[in-house]
Amino acid sequence: MASPLQQFEIHPIIPLNAGGVDISFTNSSLYMVATVVLCAGFVLLGTRRSAVVPGRLQAAVEISYEFIANLLRDTVGSQGRSYFPFVFTLFMFVLIGNLLGMTPYSFTFTSHIIVTFAMAAVVFIGVTILGFAKHGMHFFSFFVPPGTPLPLYPLLIPIEVISYLSRPISLSVRLFANMLAGHTLLKVIAGFIGLLGAAGVVPLVFVVALTGLEILIAFLQAYVFAILTCLYINDALHLH
Amino acid sequence: MTEDPKRASLENLEARLSAARKQHDEAVGGRSGKGRKKNDQNGLGFAMRIGTDLVAALVVGVGIGVLLDYWLDTKPWFLIVFFLLGAAAGFLNIFRLVSGYGLAAGYKKTDDDDGIEDPKGSKDGK
Repeated sequence: MASPLQQFEIHPIIPLNAGGVDISFTNSSLYMVATVVLCAGFVLLGTRRSAVVPGRLQAAVEISYEFIANLLRDTVGSQGRSYFPFVFTLFMFVLIGNLLGMTPYSFTFTSHIIVTFAMAAVVFIGVTILGFAKHGMHFFSFFVPPGTPLPLYPLLIPIEVISYLSRPISLSVRLFANMLAGHTLLKVIAGFIGLLGAAGVVPLVFVVALTGLEILIAFLQAYVFAILTCLYINDALHLH
Repeated sequence: MTEDPKRASLENLEARLSAARKQHDEAVGGRSGKGRKKNDQNGLGFAMRIGTDLVAALVVGVGIGVLLDYWLDTKPWFLIVFFLLGAAAGFLNIFRLVSGYGLAAGYKKTDDDDGIEDPKGSKDGK
């Protein structure tokens, strides 16, 4: 029987090599392209006719649009409007990627730390640049909690810097670990179905329940990724 | 004669619109902890954040410690110091998360926030 971790294997579909660097088009790339196509298709088709009374697809697009718009307004305020395209793209990419990974025989690219870390690094670096652009050198006051007595500076500044640097790590690890653990668990329990014979009904019930849970987690992780991006943008905009 | 009341009502409308817009902006303004608090109360999403936030700070602290030791050849010392600092940063993350400060490094209860949100006190944060 196949190992439960086999689903995470990356294999090249079109081997490419640029100056000694492996840039093959892999199954991971394939699913990322599929996700982008699905996202774009979903939004473009949904807004094609833009009826006053929306159809099902248009309603779905509008719900996702309003969800992120409200999220951004609640956390960042009206200045957050200009960051809507970024947060919406990120949310849809993670969400469709997670859901695409839930279809049988597919590959979940969000279960690879390098993918999630790349996204988290973009958020982190972008937010840091935003902070510098908005506040200049005043940005460094971010690392000093106001009201700190001077003798505590050498202790508190390293702690604050570590706390700040831990953002991309926790952002990427959270998504990656949830997807990896969930998909492994599904495979392991599904493996029991065949092994247990007639008693395999029990793990079968578990797998059905876990699939529902995994779909919930797929939504939840996309939501958490989006809301944390909003919170970081808010922190960069409204520095104390 | 017919134009005057029209213009007056238009100007009135303009003023009312801008007033309403301002009120709306204030109501949903990013600085107040209200929106943040509301979103933080999504229980499961909240729970998801706690574990990783604690560990991530520790990982960063240990990483910095190991790198500094590697460069400066001071084997265990920076590791020990930054392990402790990382642990402290992890607990700080959790403290801020549960007390409604979000994940902000550094926070401030500004004076105007204090005035508005005094009844809820420290719960509402930034």
